[in-house]
Amino acid sequence: MSTPSIHVGDSTSVRYLLRLADSCLILSQRLGEWCGHGPILEEDLALTNMALDLVGQARGLLTRVGQLDGKGHDEDQLAFLREERHYYNPVLMELPNGDGRPGDFAFTQLRNFAVATWLELLWQRLQSSSDAEVAAIAAKAVKEARYQQQHAADWVVRLGDGTAESKARMEAALATLWPFFNELFVDDAIDAAAVQSGLGPAWSELKAEWQQAMDAVLDEAGLAQPKPSAYVSAGRQGVHSEHMGHMLAEMQYLQRAYPGGVW
Amino acid sequence: MSDNKQASTSTVSATATEWPLWEVFVRSKAGLDHKHCGSLHAADAKMAVQLARDVYTRRQEGTSIWVVLSSQIVASDPGEKGMYFDPMEDKVYRHPTFYQLPESVDHM
Repeated sequence: MSTPSIHVGDSTSVRYLLRLADSCLILSQRLGEWCGHGPILEEDLALTNMALDLVGQARGLLTRVGQLDGKGHDEDQLAFLREERHYYNPVLMELPNGDGRPGDFAFTQLRNFAVATWLELLWQRLQSSSDAEVAAIAAKAVKEARYQQQHAADWVVRLGDGTAESKARMEAALATLWPFFNELFVDDAIDAAAVQSGLGPAWSELKAEWQQAMDAVLDEAGLAQPKPSAYVSAGRQGVHSEHMGHMLAEMQYLQRAYPGGVW
Repeated sequence: MSDNKQASTSTVSATATEWPLWEVFVRSKAGLDHKHCGSLHAADAKMAVQLARDVYTRRQEGTSIWVVLSSQIVASDPGEKGMYFDPMEDKVYRHPTFYQLPESVDHM
């Protein structure tokens, strides 16, 4: 016997917020894989702090989604009882940290940097969202993203400008991640509706500033940017990579096996 | 014997590649002074401040952080503890408790 899946409605504001909430939730789950495996105790704590910041942001947004969706679903149900095609995070967030567990540290930090930079720009704008709940979440989250961005940027520079081994790993991470950044800046009707209602910005609006921050840090790290890629992943439409199902199986196991289980 | 020798060699190389140790001082919300709260390993000062934030201020302990290389701290010699500190035991007159403060002097 397992818990049946839940479904959320198609309203554009619900979908817009789920894209962001799922980004925080799924990256948080990936970062959680580092818990107890950090290269040093201090960084282990830093990574799990970041995972907890992200899960906090996801909780706030999912609660709001539950209210707007009007079916009485709470944050836990929304986090754990949807099916794969009803998660709307960009594929970037679900990519494994690297081969095996916990994965590659350079890959983890480079993705953290790219995502924190993007989130910081998004939260900045969401502080003036027409939805007061979302604006309040953003006001808190923007500071968290700012710190995460700085912390990860430091690692990108240290590793890019470090030993031959660390540089090679950063270059490999950059090559793998590069095509997946595109999805952070594409727009569709859901963005247009969010702009219309004042809920939040179109994601494409963040591109110029993100690129600027990326240029500065990659330049300092001595890392050459790969050629632009035309590939655009489609996690925002619910179409995920082969990694997502495995991840959700692990993530959802407890709520499926023990419905309504709490601390 | 050869085992011992090998063990001590690897200890030396591990120490040589380990990041330096830093002492961490945190000022709490209510406090005026930075208090020593522990130590951590970090490659340089910038990383030490960041990691101190993550290790020692996770529960709202702080509003300001200082770090200093542990190797830069000069300490008194524990062997000289008696000579240094015992002579102060019988000098109660050094505490300002033998006169009345005027009321206008607050918070002494």
